[in-house]
Amino acid sequence: MIAGLYRAGDSVLHRMGAGAKIAALAFAGTLVLTLTSLWLAGGFLGIVLALYGIAGFGPRLVLAQLRPVAFLLAILFAAQIWLAGPADAVLVVIRFAALILAAGLVTLTTRTADLVSAIERALSPFARLGLDAGRVSLAISLAIRFIPAVGQITAEVREAQSARGRRPSPLTLVVPVIVRLLKMADEIAEAIDARS
Amino acid sequence: MITLSGVRLERGGRLVLSGIELALSERRIGIIGANGSGKSSFARLLNGLLVPTQGSVTVEGLDTGKEAKAVRRKVGFVFQNPDNQVVYPTVGEDLAFGLKGRGLARPEITAKVEATLERFGLSGFGDRLVHELSGGERQMVALAGVLILEPQWLVLDEPTTLLDRRNTRTMMAAVEALEQNVVLVTHDLSLVETCDRVLVFGEGRIVADAAPREAIATYLRLVS
Ligand SMILES: Nc1ncnc2c1ncn2[C@@H]1O[C@H](COP(=O)(O)OP(=O)(O)OP(=O)(O)O)[C@@H](O)[C@H]1O
Ligand SMILES: [Mg+2]
Repeated sequence: MIAGLYRAGDSVLHRMGAGAKIAALAFAGTLVLTLTSLWLAGGFLGIVLALYGIAGFGPRLVLAQLRPVAFLLAILFAAQIWLAGPADAVLVVIRFAALILAAGLVTLTTRTADLVSAIERALSPFARLGLDAGRVSLAISLAIRFIPAVGQITAEVREAQSARGRRPSPLTLVVPVIVRLLKMADEIAEAIDARS
Repeated sequence: MITLSGVRLERGGRLVLSGIELALSERRIGIIGANGSGKSSFARLLNGLLVPTQGSVTVEGLDTGKEAKAVRRKVGFVFQNPDNQVVYPTVGEDLAFGLKGRGLARPEITAKVEATLERFGLSGFGDRLVHELSGGERQMVALAGVLILEPQWLVLDEPTTLLDRRNTRTMMAAVEALEQNVVLVTHDLSLVETCDRVLVFGEGRIVADAAPREAIATYLRLVS
């Protein structure tokens, strides 16, 4: 999802409605969790990969989707080997990777605005309960927009610490990164305020 | 016309501005002054992002404290860091952001976004990802995102500080061509040389209010 921001294109998947894609993703997501056969899960992964091809995306983009969660996948894999054995570990990792890739495919082929307005439409029944769909959609857009910035800030703080001869660790990173994020949030809020 | 009368501003219990008495109506107004002298705080008073602790600020007769929303529509604001102003993932979506709040129809928004992209040399940028643009391009998007709302005034707080010379020139050429009244805060003295009026800030007060040449001279004496 993180690397999966919209890539312009003209494939069937690009032209498909955002609502339909989200519904398909939800369905596929549920389906893949019920697949207990390694072959079926592998087949599902194959279909997702084929869809990347149909959308006109190469293997690099596929890897870019998985890179941010590679660490998580590795931990998952190790834990599953220990808990349930190698066959199940492979199954879990395949399911998880296929799911991430499928979700990535939706964000890659759908403009954020369309994605957001589909979500807005889905939420509109709740407007009567006092839910402001516009606010929800802005929040979602902001999250998508600033996820790459979080990675960048972390990289900058890490660099600054290394440059001063410290080996960055999660412990030394967390405070400065959070401080920078809060400052950034402050400035973003101000800019939104000024434009509304 | 923007007027400030008897303005005093405190932030976090500290006195930041005092004794400000001004009427601004010139097309190009420059603001210079040392770090911490209160320029950004002053700029934020002009569109109601900050309201004075004492005294009042009015924009075209509207009080910034009482009619904040109407004031925001009259005064656009461009900040120093484009990263934190462009709030949508793609350029086109970001330009549409402010317009949506104004209740425009979708085709109208699309047409306006297209026209604005072209006007600021951003044709073909509609689908580009903001985080993949250069700093100069990003700041241009920030400027376009504010001007698409057609404010009457434009306040810019160090809009070129993070830009190289070429992008600074592009940005300033775009600003120069505007019909809006412009208030420009900057540390780049060459940018205020063509202003109609320049205010020099020093420790929370206006220490000079003059034509560029005289104002710059005062400033240089002050910081040397
Ligand atoms: N959020 C805040 N809370 C409390 N004090 C603040 C805040 N922001 C600024 N100040 C103080 O207000 C004073 C004026 O700051 P301001 O940012 O307006 O200066 P400036 O002229 O824009 O400086 P610079 O050239 O560095 O941008 C400074 O003393 C600063 O410490
Ligand atoms: Mg400042």
